[in-house]
Amino acid sequence: MKRFRRHGHESQRDKHKQDLYQFNKTVEHGFPHQPSALGFSPSLQLLAIGTRLGAIKLYGTPGVEFMGLHDENAAVTQVHFLPKQVEMVTLLDDNSLHMWTLRAHNGISELLEIGRFTLSGPPGAPPSVTRVTAVLAHSSGELLLLGTEGGHVFVVEVPGFRELEENNISVENVQNRIPEDYVGRRNLECVEALHENPLNPRQVLIGYSRGLMVLWDLDRQRPIQHFLGTQQLESVWWMEDGVNILSSHSDGSYCQWTVTGEDPQTEPENQEMPYGAFPCKAISKIIQVPSKQGPPFLIFSGGMPRASYGDRHCISVIHSKTHEALDFTSRIIDFFVIREGENHRGEPSALVVLVEEELVVVDLQSEGWPVIQTPYLVPLHCSAITCSHHVSSIPLKLWERVQAAGALQNTHYSRKPWPIIGGQNLAPDPPQRDLLLTGHEDGTVRFWDASGVCLYPMYKLSTAGVFLTDADPNDNMNQGSEGEWPPFRKVGCFDPYSDDPRLGIQKIHLCKYSGYLTVAGTAGQILIMELNDEAAEQMVEATVVDLLHGQEGFRWKGQARLDVREEPVLFPPGFQPFALVQCQPPAVVTAIALHSEWKLVAFGTSHGFGFYDYHQKNNIMVKCTLNPSDQMAMEGPLSRVKSIKKSLRQSFRRIRRSRVSMRKHHTTNAAKLQEINARLEAEALQEMELAPVQRKIEARSSDDSFTGLVRTLYFADTFVSDSSHSTPSLWAGTNGGAVFAYVLRVPSLERRAEDPVVAHAAKEIQLMHRAPVVGLVVLDGKGAPLPEPLEVAHDLSRSPEMHGSHHLLVVSEEQFKLFTLPKVSSKSKLKLTAVDGSRVRRVGVAWFGSRTDEQLESSLVVLTNQGELHVISLPSIKMMVHYPCIRREDVSGIASCVFTKYGQGFYLMSPSEFERFSLSTRWVVEPRCLVEAPLQMRLKNPSSPVHRDQPDGVPTEHRNFKKESEGYGVLQEIQKSLEGDQTTFLENNLKTKPKGNMLSNGD
Amino acid sequence: MNKNHRVPSNRTLNAVEVKSKFGAEFRRFSLERSKPGRFDEFYGLLQHVHRIPNVDLLVGYADVHGDLLPINNDDNYHKAISMAAPLLRLFLQRKEEADYSAFGTDTVTRKKTPAALAAVKKPPIIISLPKDFRPVSSIIDVDILPETHRRVRLYKHGQEKPLGFYIRDGSSVRVTPQGLEKVPGIFISRMVPGGLAESTGLLAVNDEVLEVNGIEVSGKSLDQVTDMMIANSHNLIITVKPANQRNNVVRNSGGGATSGSSGRSSDSSTSFYGYSTPGLMAMTPSHIIQNYEPDEESEEEEDLVIEADRGAKLILQAGARATASTSMPALPRYEPHLDLRTSNGTMASSASAGSLNAHKGLEGRSLEEDGTVITL
Repeated sequence: MKRFRRHGHESQRDKHKQDLYQFNKTVEHGFPHQPSALGFSPSLQLLAIGTRLGAIKLYGTPGVEFMGLHDENAAVTQVHFLPKQVEMVTLLDDNSLHMWTLRAHNGISELLEIGRFTLSGPPGAPPSVTRVTAVLAHSSGELLLLGTEGGHVFVVEVPGFRELEENNISVENVQNRIPEDYVGRRNLECVEALHENPLNPRQVLIGYSRGLMVLWDLDRQRPIQHFLGTQQLESVWWMEDGVNILSSHSDGSYCQWTVTGEDPQTEPENQEMPYGAFPCKAISKIIQVPSKQGPPFLIFSGGMPRASYGDRHCISVIHSKTHEALDFTSRIIDFFVIREGENHRGEPSALVVLVEEELVVVDLQSEGWPVIQTPYLVPLHCSAITCSHHVSSIPLKLWERVQAAGALQNTHYSRKPWPIIGGQNLAPDPPQRDLLLTGHEDGTVRFWDASGVCLYPMYKLSTAGVFLTDADPNDNMNQGSEGEWPPFRKVGCFDPYSDDPRLGIQKIHLCKYSGYLTVAGTAGQILIMELNDEAAEQMVEATVVDLLHGQEGFRWKGQARLDVREEPVLFPPGFQPFALVQCQPPAVVTAIALHSEWKLVAFGTSHGFGFYDYHQKNNIMVKCTLNPSDQMAMEGPLSRVKSIKKSLRQSFRRIRRSRVSMRKHHTTNAAKLQEINARLEAEALQEMELAPVQRKIEARSSDDSFTGLVRTLYFADTFVSDSSHSTPSLWAGTNGGAVFAYVLRVPSLERRAEDPVVAHAAKEIQLMHRAPVVGLVVLDGKGAPLPEPLEVAHDLSRSPEMHGSHHLLVVSEEQFKLFTLPKVSSKSKLKLTAVDGSRVRRVGVAWFGSRTDEQLESSLVVLTNQGELHVISLPSIKMMVHYPCIRREDVSGIASCVFTKYGQGFYLMSPSEFERFSLSTRWVVEPRCLVEAPLQMRLKNPSSPVHRDQPDGVPTEHRNFKKESEGYGVLQEIQKSLEGDQTTFLENNLKTKPKGNMLSNGD
Repeated sequence: MNKNHRVPSNRTLNAVEVKSKFGAEFRRFSLERSKPGRFDEFYGLLQHVHRIPNVDLLVGYADVHGDLLPINNDDNYHKAISMAAPLLRLFLQRKEEADYSAFGTDTVTRKKTPAALAAVKKPPIIISLPKDFRPVSSIIDVDILPETHRRVRLYKHGQEKPLGFYIRDGSSVRVTPQGLEKVPGIFISRMVPGGLAESTGLLAVNDEVLEVNGIEVSGKSLDQVTDMMIANSHNLIITVKPANQRNNVVRNSGGGATSGSSGRSSDSSTSFYGYSTPGLMAMTPSHIIQNYEPDEESEEEEDLVIEADRGAKLILQAGARATASTSMPALPRYEPHLDLRTSNGTMASSASAGSLNAHKGLEGRSLEEDGTVITL
């Protein structure tokens, strides 16, 4: 009967689904994976980063971010903003150029690709002729100069990408006019650099790889001056005065040249090798920025002595007597300097460096050049992320305390505000305070403000101090010895090296009401911490818990337990450990649960589980879940290579044995036998190589590996043994499909310190399909999940319905199964794997509500091994919606997923980036921002259709004037009215722009 | 073997002496050989004389060779009566406690020496009660599937025998309006010797898998299909397109083979699991293939729930049946006769009578019985 659905109900349900669920990937948090190019627009105050995967990301003031992706799967090698415009040009590895723009739509800017272009050389020319190596976005905003590998410079009109062939500067043009003896028979090689005269935009400097630099007059189409450098050229920089030119070279030197008009200039004015004497590495980029306070800032990357510091990634900053070599932990991609003032020609305020793993901004105006903390692009992976945990709606009190603790850690940062301030963040304030906690390989836990678009670092907790590790605490690399040369200074926080992999954090649980935190690690350690606003020196009591209780014949071949410091340790304000449980054997902790009301912590490994009373600081119970036949768990992880080798050998032996016994009677000749064996072995090998990928179809049996591994632990106040009295209980689910339930007796508050907590086994469920149990939830009498501990006490949740029967929801990798309580009998189920072959990888309980209705309903949110998200209703366990989210090959992405309580989630899209997604219509955190075109652009185009299309005939200049003088509201209004015009202008530009008027009259 | 082979008493050749044993109690009575009546009357009589009116019984008798054979329908009842010489020795057991292993294993004579029984190298031949046969495989839905396809149901139950097959990716050729087209498909790549899949004879290497439990596999990855099969492993229904299309079920073949004369099995290795006959498929009427109603819920495996307050030692393994069944009523039904799975199954001649009886028994039941009796 139930198969015949009524149509009315169907459509109603569909509408209901639409009201509650929608899927969006909203923001990417963290640092882009494999950045390859950096760009900056001083007029827009926007920073652009291109990546090797073809992504392009724009950042302005915190909250203003845009993201685009090239269709081509090629690395972005260069990013250039068109000066004073909202357009941007990217050059990809495949030699294609792409034009992007920020277009406002409904008051919100969007990043759009509006054109693409590939240079086409003369017919029959080798590809090197058009292979772009240098790009100059001319300050007119209308020209793009493209230097190529063949030494030519092509001129292209933008944004329409129209080649202006008559303006091209061919390598022959240049070569003709330079002294014969200089050129010799060698060619000039590729165009390494293109630079515009800061005072005269009609003059450009072309730098060739061989060392020659040519000052070219765009109007007259002829060279003005030749600079005959003899060293391989790396970069050029035209100084602000328009007279002096800096060139940097591959031998670690830089030269200063003067524009005199005397042609040619054979010798540089000045030549320096900053880290000289011994051979040095190339200076890849050099810039010099004048300063009113004394001599200019000279900033260059590289140039380190090859033998002793050739492996360092350094940027040197020299200003009067101060000289520092900023020492980064990863390769330098690019850098630029932000300057103050109206036209961005004033004092240098900050140095922005993009290195492979992070973005570092150095405050050049404060004493000691401190680093400014980045509000975005934070390297999440400064130590590899090993787990994450999300806590929604943090109470203000806890929030402030964590923030205060974090502030004390950030004293070494500059107090200057973030210098990149482009665009406006229009997103509403986040409705609640959310924390994302990430556990790292080096034993740290980082607290991130995940409420809004920017994932902002709040506080960092280190657990390493509790243990004795090999690392010497005095070994601080930041301390450069006095008088060291070069004067290194370590900057940046990316540090992928872990002192001891056993410190790695595996599980985190934070109680937001009490401020208790448990973290569990790789070597079976479970730390229980409390938030303390004062520094404290204390001993951490360690309790070793033997999870093998009564198991015989065990050999642990894995890692050793961590050694605990025996003396009191000084802990800074923040979360301070006060109790430590160490599992024996010290295997990875696979599940933890914290109940702050009962003051209990449960923990599980591949051997069993136990729980600990952190009030009385003693362990109450252990249960070994180990399957005696499970060798893997017994001995700890073995080398995989070895076992494959072993099994190979064994199978050969087996084959040989059977064949030998078969042929024994016939062959007496030992040599013959050997020959046959050799052939068989070869055959077997071949067979193995040729055998197609095949999968064994076999029901799971109890003796699979790691059946005893504890996957989930859960505290619940429910009806375990009789239906009239609810009792505290602990539930545990294993990899082998078993669920264990324990009834707990927790003494009353007054007697809590004296009376022991008692646990006794109450139930055991063996799921017949034997799939790993990944989630356990108790639903109350109304079918809603039980609230978190202390949630009711803090009046933040209605108390659970204790009338009516409770239900236990067991989520295995394959099925969702609802059981009645206290008598455990199956009530309903949903067989996920049996139907579509996917398995549950991640599961969470979330609350959904429509935008209009206050009412919330709880659902299960599930991520499968296929990377699909499912929402499953509670308590009816029906599939509501599903969306593809992560590629199914992205195993680490799927494994890293965490859900929030309100239908959002995060997963690692790369080792350094969290993708944020939302399944809810009601709670979506996404960037909403507006970037306005710089004023000059509109002013500069008096003939553009802007005027003509003005509905009310008000001149543009007047509007813009108003915009400058009046407030924010007016500004927005104007922007709105201008939007349409702007679009027309752009499109016009693309299609119908007349021929380059400025260049054509040059001849 | 002939120890119990009594010389027939010449006293009353037209009367059958019946000695019925239930537990430790014996009852004796006699029946008229010429008018034995029907089985259900006889059954009622047994309940009456033992004063156990509401107990479900398994009735067994010792045949001339001393083998314990079942009586559960008119045919084998009449056979038993006719064979009694003249004493008919009956052994009654409560159905729920029945020791199926006794049947057909000449236990009547040898049970007294369990050591000797254990020492017997040759695995015993098991003839169970037909209605209590456990199906291990069946061909289903013949009436709705194209003739080139075969839907096979494998009954894993709780037995230890592995499903025993492997699948791989491959490509198959489909006929489309545009002509032949190569599409990716999932194929059986290997059979484990002695596994359930092989022993049914219904699946073979290179058969293309089309559906798993009613869900099409096209568009799914090998791993997904693997997971689906494993998740359904307790009651796996796979629709295949056999690589060998010569043994397909032919429909509308006149319904000739109406009787369940499926008895003999020459392919002894599959006989126990499929109790099937080669070539029979061709003669089988199309609609009789579905043998055992796929009663979803009852086929469903039940989870094992252990209440710890009973003080019983927790039993982790469902395999520990003996303990479990006595201490925990909530246990799933593990049919003890599954233990008997030792068939390498040469049907010894000693069992042939029983086997015939058993199969004759099928005749009286619906036609559908024959459905499983198909092999290649």
